[in-house]
Amino acid sequence: MTLYILRTLFKMALTLFVIITLVFFATRLSGSPLETFLGEGLTEEDRLLMIEYFGLEGSIWQQYIAYLRGVTEGNFGLSFLERRPVAEIVAARIWPSLQLLLAALTVTLCVALPLGILAALYRTSWIGSAIMALAFVGYAVPNFVIATFMVLIFAFVLNWLPVVGNGTWAHFIMPTIAMSGVLIAALTRFTRNAMLDVLGQDFMRTARAKGLPETVVILKHGLRNAGVTVLSVLGLQIAGLAAAGNVVVEAIFSWPGIGQLLVNSAITRDYPVLQFGVITVAAAVIVINALTDIAYAYADPRIRLGKG
Amino acid sequence: MVAVTDTPQRSYVATLWIEANWVQRIAALLALALLLAAILAPLIAPFDPLKQSLISRLRPPLGFERYKDGFLLGTDALGRDVLSRTLYGLRLTLGLALLGALIGLMIGGTLGLLAGLRRGWVEDSIMGAVDIQIAVPFTLIALLVLSILGSSLPVMVSILGIAYWEQYARIVRGEVRKITEMPFIEAARASGGGQLYIARRHVLPNIVSPLVVQFTLSLSNIVILESTLSFLGLGVQPPTATLGSMVGYGRDYMPTTPWMVIAPAVAIILLTFSVQILGDWLRDRADVRLQGR
Repeated sequence: MTLYILRTLFKMALTLFVIITLVFFATRLSGSPLETFLGEGLTEEDRLLMIEYFGLEGSIWQQYIAYLRGVTEGNFGLSFLERRPVAEIVAARIWPSLQLLLAALTVTLCVALPLGILAALYRTSWIGSAIMALAFVGYAVPNFVIATFMVLIFAFVLNWLPVVGNGTWAHFIMPTIAMSGVLIAALTRFTRNAMLDVLGQDFMRTARAKGLPETVVILKHGLRNAGVTVLSVLGLQIAGLAAAGNVVVEAIFSWPGIGQLLVNSAITRDYPVLQFGVITVAAAVIVINALTDIAYAYADPRIRLGKG
Repeated sequence: MVAVTDTPQRSYVATLWIEANWVQRIAALLALALLLAAILAPLIAPFDPLKQSLISRLRPPLGFERYKDGFLLGTDALGRDVLSRTLYGLRLTLGLALLGALIGLMIGGTLGLLAGLRRGWVEDSIMGAVDIQIAVPFTLIALLVLSILGSSLPVMVSILGIAYWEQYARIVRGEVRKITEMPFIEAARASGGGQLYIARRHVLPNIVSPLVVQFTLSLSNIVILESTLSFLGLGVQPPTATLGSMVGYGRDYMPTTPWMVIAPAVAIILLTFSVQILGDWLRDRADVRLQGR
């Protein structure tokens, strides 16, 4: 088990390192990122001053080493646009994003788990088919299309809900739904399949044979065993999906979170912010993945007691 | 397996059609119709998609007040025909997605084949790259690259091409592993077949079916990725439109002229729906374990 954890942590560190490196060199794909930002019409003197101000002097390798050193010291550079440390700018965006994510996750769990269980129990009847059709729709419709149609109907036609910002609880409704659509679809499918795998097991028959009521059999023996698989999916798949969905949904609803910041800095070409934002979100996903891996291994005695 | 030879020979497509249920048949017809519409867009589009006309700005579709003759789905803020733009947008979206899926198939397929046939460090480094690709939310990387390189068609195609290569790599490696342990490969090797010969003659034909399934499924994901990026304003730049950028552009006019958004959005939904249904159907057919479920 210790070996397994160490290996997972090592893989996590390696992935983080690769990401930081990739992102660093990606921002240098077109030469110096500052050049594109500054544009024409600056004297050579001013240009050099700017390069020095943002710490972008030297060859690309010197910059890379300097960037890595900055990362270890918690110094990720200054925003081209705001001239503040990017860490400060991104940090201010984390809480709104987390709020939205938590809301979406809560809705997802409350909707997807019951639907997935029902779909497994009634897989041959119309109930199962209807639920799976719904999950299919959630998968096939991109979230910006869902969001756009919701805005059209609930904000412009019916005038019920606000579109921009995160002021009141009413502001949460549409972004949460737009974000949880694909998550619900994914989790419903996985819950159903995990439940189907469990329902056929011998211990379920035993539980019924000893006279337990059906609800106890399903919830205690069924869901508990399927739950491990479901939770691991939640950690592995949902983190990535949420990171992508977050960008789109926040941009649409002008939600003051990381996603909106990323899109804005991509459009204004504020690379230090974009660079750090991408690294932050990727790091969050990678860490969640690693923790899920370890938690899953811990829940599975075959790995926990094995040699890893 | 009884008397297979007695049944009349049917083509693969005909067999598929007979086995399909009505949803799958509709999806197949829809996909075919969309494909034809995309290919024939220059012939069937009533107007030039880029032609602006200030006197016919923001006209509603057929059946509404102020409808202007010929502009079946109305016009946008610059007086361009929405139907023609949707058709051309569909053409570009589908073209980009097909090209992207093909590139992904080639990269992932080759690397997966290598990883499956060569053990040791080759396999380890390829699968390590696969793990990293899975762990990183690709939309963010795409955002970064598009912002830096600007969004030209080659950049967009490359991004769509590397978006899902790891799915092909994983599948191909798994299948190759499974196949290379079978006796007929051993026989081929014993009779003096080289590695390249075995890969081409024996392994490749056996992994075509899972590859086709994966191609279809990732096609719909790529359509969604491309539309999303274009919607955010980071995809193909105006005046050229893909379906996603049309939705993004029309969003600003939504309260008064919703048809500018509805037409391309519906086209996206139809496209992803039909492709995804086809992919699920092919997968279920290929996966014996799922039969009867």
